Amino acid sequence: MTYIAKPKFHHPGLKKNELGYTHRDYEGKISTLCAGCGHDSITASIIEACYELSIEPHRVAKISGIGCSSKTPDYFLGNSHGFNSVHGRMPSVLTGANLANRDLIYLGVSGDGDSASIGFGQFAHSIRRAVNMTYIVENNGVYGLTKGQFSATADRGSKSKKGVTNTDNAIDLVAIALQLGATFVARSFSGDKTQLVPLIAAAIRHKGASFIDVISPCIAFNNHAGSTKSFDYVREHNDAVNRLDVVVGREPINVDYAPGTVQVVEQHDGTKLALRKLDADYDPHDRLGAMTFLQKHAAKGQIVTGLLYVDPDAEDLHTHLDTVETPLNTLDEVALCPGSGVLDKINASLR
Amino acid sequence: MKPTDISAPDYFHKVVDCQWACPAHTPVPEYIRLIAEGRYSDAYMINWKSNVFPGILGRTCDRPCEPACRRGRVEDNPVAICRLKRVAADFKDDIKHRLPKPGPKNGKRIALVGGGPASLAVARDLAPLGYHCTVFDGDPKAGGMMRSQIPKFRLPDSVIDEETDYILNLGVEFKGGQRVDSLKQLLGENYDAIFIGSGAPRGRELDIPGRKEAAANIHIGIEWLANVSFGHVDKIGKRVIVLGGGNTAMDCCRTARRLGGESVKVIVRSGFEEMKASPWEKEDALHEDIPILNYMVPVAFKHVSGKLIGVTFQHVKAEYDAKGRRNLVPSGEADQTIPCDDVLVAVGQENAFPWIEADCGIEFDKWHMPKVDPGTFVSTNPKVFFGGDAAFGPKNIIWAVAHGHDAALSIHRMLSGEDITERPLPEVHVSSQKMGIHEWSYDNDISADKRFKVPHRDKVIALKDIRTEVELGYDLKLALGEAQRCLNCDVQTIFSAPLCIECDACVDICPMDCITFTQNGEEDDVRQRLKAPSPHHDQALYVSGDLKTGRVMVKDEDVCLHCGLCAERCPTGAWDMQKYLIDMAHAGSTCQSKARSAA
Repeated sequence: MTYIAKPKFHHPGLKKNELGYTHRDYEGKISTLCAGCGHDSITASIIEACYELSIEPHRVAKISGIGCSSKTPDYFLGNSHGFNSVHGRMPSVLTGANLANRDLIYLGVSGDGDSASIGFGQFAHSIRRAVNMTYIVENNGVYGLTKGQFSATADRGSKSKKGVTNTDNAIDLVAIALQLGATFVARSFSGDKTQLVPLIAAAIRHKGASFIDVISPCIAFNNHAGSTKSFDYVREHNDAVNRLDVVVGREPINVDYAPGTVQVVEQHDGTKLALRKLDADYDPHDRLGAMTFLQKHAAKGQIVTGLLYVDPDAEDLHTHLDTVETPLNTLDEVALCPGSGVLDKINASLR
Repeated sequence: MKPTDISAPDYFHKVVDCQWACPAHTPVPEYIRLIAEGRYSDAYMINWKSNVFPGILGRTCDRPCEPACRRGRVEDNPVAICRLKRVAADFKDDIKHRLPKPGPKNGKRIALVGGGPASLAVARDLAPLGYHCTVFDGDPKAGGMMRSQIPKFRLPDSVIDEETDYILNLGVEFKGGQRVDSLKQLLGENYDAIFIGSGAPRGRELDIPGRKEAAANIHIGIEWLANVSFGHVDKIGKRVIVLGGGNTAMDCCRTARRLGGESVKVIVRSGFEEMKASPWEKEDALHEDIPILNYMVPVAFKHVSGKLIGVTFQHVKAEYDAKGRRNLVPSGEADQTIPCDDVLVAVGQENAFPWIEADCGIEFDKWHMPKVDPGTFVSTNPKVFFGGDAAFGPKNIIWAVAHGHDAALSIHRMLSGEDITERPLPEVHVSSQKMGIHEWSYDNDISADKRFKVPHRDKVIALKDIRTEVELGYDLKLALGEAQRCLNCDVQTIFSAPLCIECDACVDICPMDCITFTQNGEEDDVRQRLKAPSPHHDQALYVSGDLKTGRVMVKDEDVCLHCGLCAERCPTGAWDMQKYLIDMAHAGSTCQSKARSAA
């Protein structure tokens, strides 16, 4: 880790967003992770996405569990709300917070241990409930904090740093998220910010459960030959199905790609996603097709990345529960206790 | 773009903007670090070797280093490099034992005309090598314009004495009070080489009506300052007008304030911003209640029966033509006469060589300046060299010193039978600053402090005595604070492409967005594609060779803080922080074989 504070000076030519902030204003404390950790690049991508979307930092709640990945909310959005919860319990804390105050933007930051092992059930239920959130898994396939044991997402047959071969089957969180009904599912790579930043931005603008699995090499314990989560392996086996540009507001989409190769998806809030197809046959609206595509490519040892599935008309938990527009935590006593007359009516209707 | 050749000495030298901008190429960050460590004598010696007059320059330098300072591109103000130099001089121990000793005589004799900074720099370089150097000056003591024209309240005699003595004590013969009146005669004395560092000794005249009639109260600035300096003049009228907007004008007005001038005005043709005087000198004048009036052109001296009563000015305004050139045109306002008792004319200096006879082999150009080679400083007479203001017209002390070093090198090479157009390369010392994980042998924690002000003596006391120094200099606490503002630009970021795994850690941590991994291309195109686009073409891009993904690393040197965070966050050691100490070749440097042609 670095002991000095990152200097406050910034490039004199830095651009400001609509709020007058530079991307430096979205930073948090200096990272205490190992030098070169993929997680730091994801941190930088979250910073970039929030800057580009001109998000007011105090409108964001960042919630995490335990692990290297779950430390990272300290390193971005230093002026946002944060909750560092118990191991694997980020989804339930996030769900609770979201129910209490639906006005905030919820960033759930987790890792492969936090979401695929101890918090596997929590992960599954928050997705199937369609909590309006951006759920990011910083996936390195090892337990870095305990010196590099295989995690549940480590591929069968991959080798540990000490040369031990993994004999367990891997959990593919993307496949699970698709199966559980997530309405925005993507996979990306910490070493490819041009792909990752727009995905995070689009996920933040998506209403519903957005899930991004980001492969994030562990420099200390999982960046060797034989690993399937190393920089070299991911770069060699990366099969990106599309590239994404996010357009917020009324700006026309400036498409300078070959005709027929760009698909524009408009989300509920008017955000337009310009998807540049890299794989002509891939359809990001076809959940079943996506699942098959993933399985086929996984069998070939390829890592499919990009926006894999999106339902632009998704609904979230609040819609399902038919809660009021006003965040529950701001309802006053009159609204919460409408009096005995109302109670009598309710009781009468149940008789 | 081609991969950057970082082995070329100039590449990293340019990154050390202050050192590159300094005519003598003083290793600024190195001596500032030594000041921060409390090693004032070591800091002084680095300066002494490079710029010969640290105590004098620490008070009077024109500081080309400061506008170049990277800190000025990152925040409001550059590091106070000049005044830190003074700190080294003020707080050093006795350094006499560290000075070179007069070398065993080699039998060669050098004559130096003029006892100012250029000649003394030549003597400093040549005397330890065994040359017999003889300095001639019309004034009784050495120092030239440093002694005669710079007021004592800016530069006390004791400082000049100390630093000129360091040179004269190297066995240099000083012939004070002996103005050279004939180069021909000097050539006849069979010196092995002659160096002319006689300055630009003539103040420019202002030939407007009334000049002759009111002559008794109209003084040429530099002559008047010299007369004050040597005690021939000790008072002036109560109302004084100083004409001119350069540093001499600032010295004149401030001197006048101390010799009885109660109402002193500086009146300048140009606007305030375009004045030639350094901003800090203008500031000091304003601080001493001297108004500066701009866009006023003197048209006549008013006089009554031979007595000056005022100066008449025409008001002008600036107009710019299509090419952006400025013209001063009458503004249409009525002329204004400002009453005064004395006028000091400080409208420029000129060279004058009446003592160089036509048959000395010295050719002059159409501006009556000697034809001097800008790389070797040799004139059309191969034994005669020029330097300082005498070579290319009025500049300042640090340029004179730089000329002196180069001329001394030429003289040494010539008298060693070597080609003087071959110039030795600078010596470059490279050393990694890595001490351990995230530990560097320099302080990489960037100070956020604003520039510290140099304490001044109380104005009432300062104005009472012309010999009382106004600036008190930094005390050690302020000096340490100011030294910490230096960004250590000589500690370079060195990138090794084969070690890089393209993890982006350096890109993410860099506080200045200096680093980009991208496809290679033409420079203009690459500059636009940087994480922070770089419009400053004078600041280099450091481009790596091809990386595994086919991209290249591009680092914009422009606003790099040299904080080393890229190297701290690099998991593979592809980045390292290495100190590049660049010592310019002087006469007698050990490595004289590696050479490049004179510019």
